[in-house]
Amino acid sequence: MKIQTKVLLSKILIHFFALSPLLLNYFWSITDQNGADPVKAIIHFTGIGALNLLLITLLISPCAKFLKQGWLMQLRRLIGLYSFFYALCHVINFWLFELNFQISLFLQELIKRPYIWLGMAAFTILLLLAVTSINYLRRKLGQNWQRLHYWIYPASLLIWIHFYWSRKADLTEPFIYLALIIILLACRPKKLKNWLLFK
Amino acid sequence: MRIVKSNRSQFKDHQITDETVFNNKRHFLKKLGLVSTGALLTTPSQAGLFDWLKDDEAQPAKPPAPLKQLSYQPVKQSQKDQLELTPQDKVTSYNNFYEFGTAKQDPSEHAHQLTVDPWQLTVSGMVETPITLNYDDLFSSFALEERVYRLRCVEAWSMVIPWVGFSLADLLKKAGVKSDAKYVAFETLYRPNEMRGQKSRFIGGSIPYPYTEGLRIDEAMHPLTLLAIGLYGKSLPNQNGAPVRLVVPWKYGFKSIKSITSIKLTNRQPKTTWNISAPDEYGFYANVNPNVDHPRWSQASERIITSGGLFDQQRVKTLPFNGYADQVAALYKGMDLSKYY
Repeated sequence: MKIQTKVLLSKILIHFFALSPLLLNYFWSITDQNGADPVKAIIHFTGIGALNLLLITLLISPCAKFLKQGWLMQLRRLIGLYSFFYALCHVINFWLFELNFQISLFLQELIKRPYIWLGMAAFTILLLLAVTSINYLRRKLGQNWQRLHYWIYPASLLIWIHFYWSRKADLTEPFIYLALIIILLACRPKKLKNWLLFK
Repeated sequence: MRIVKSNRSQFKDHQITDETVFNNKRHFLKKLGLVSTGALLTTPSQAGLFDWLKDDEAQPAKPPAPLKQLSYQPVKQSQKDQLELTPQDKVTSYNNFYEFGTAKQDPSEHAHQLTVDPWQLTVSGMVETPITLNYDDLFSSFALEERVYRLRCVEAWSMVIPWVGFSLADLLKKAGVKSDAKYVAFETLYRPNEMRGQKSRFIGGSIPYPYTEGLRIDEAMHPLTLLAIGLYGKSLPNQNGAPVRLVVPWKYGFKSIKSITSIKLTNRQPKTTWNISAPDEYGFYANVNPNVDHPRWSQASERIITSGGLFDQQRVKTLPFNGYADQVAALYKGMDLSKYY
């Protein structure tokens, strides 16, 4: 199979697997079939979905290297953008459905609650990365583009803290995620070093 | 004495929605094969990605026991109309009962494994005559009445539930409280072979078991304080704390301990589970208080769990003492409620 075909088919699959559960969950939540609290359900689904997609994004380059399948790299931006899209839905859900669209309450929570502003900090990073993923801006930014996009590493840790902090008890799942993040970061010691040294 | 306490905040509509079937969706998901698919997909209703690690046993080893129809003094319809009841299927499928797992739907999926009959509830400690109530005694020793109470969870959501039960004071009076008793300590059943959360800390959220709670004696004797043995006219489903649980409507839900086996009168403030787990977040008193935030979120308002989807959400202001201030604020006169949270 030609690489172009492989990429195209993979992208179609990515669209399908990213969009269908999201749409289904919204449908269930809107029609009150998503458990007793449709708001919590959709907030948690989009939140954890964003983290899962981010981890897959981070998995692409080690996979491409290890399996010697360079074409996989062409899928990375799309998955990363879906991670951002889930995060965007997550923020909107929180504001719209949890806080009933109250801007003052949203801002209050944002300032007062460390786990919320950590989440927002991570979201801001994702937003910047998403915007600068456009080819035009990528060219324009030149060397700085890579430097900016290293910020996905701290973002993944911020998201993890946000997740961990939102829990009342039952920390098994957050710690499994932490292990995954550490493994994924450990796959790229050189890039991490570059980010830390502002190279 | 018959007490019907409803909240001062009034809701305009009264409707009890027909039960909807939540399971459809899960079956659908399973058919699609989405449930166990990898990292991208998580099951809805807050099931976690790693729940499959926890699902150790196959589904219903034994069917849930049928619920008993109760006879009781019902609440007047006019008083029921003041509050919109949370639909029964939501009351029984959205529970915090970590003994059966930490996700909200875990208790409704796993609590059927608990045997509630036979049961023994003992009243002991500083009492004139210790009492043991067996399963049937719970339903026959006291006059049962219905009470519609709001339940405000510390997680900033709330429900309105029609409980059936009797005043804790009735039971304590029967046992005869000694004059030097200052507190009442409650304990949930400890039976790891039927309570999966007690068997594995990964399922039970790593809180210490058995679950314990406590009240000051005047709180325990207050006419609002209820020992519930039923809801919606029938005996309690296991996930709601069968066969007998506490309901203290002016305190956060975690005070309302479920599946109680021991009530002990004491002169020392009892240790309580959530206070042991996170003392800076959960106090002994745990009175509903919009002015004292949880360290991680605001307690000023709450979302009502009711019928309707994403676009029918109601967020309302939380009331001091959950709307029962008229009856209970005097108990805390002169106390700094931000210190004794």
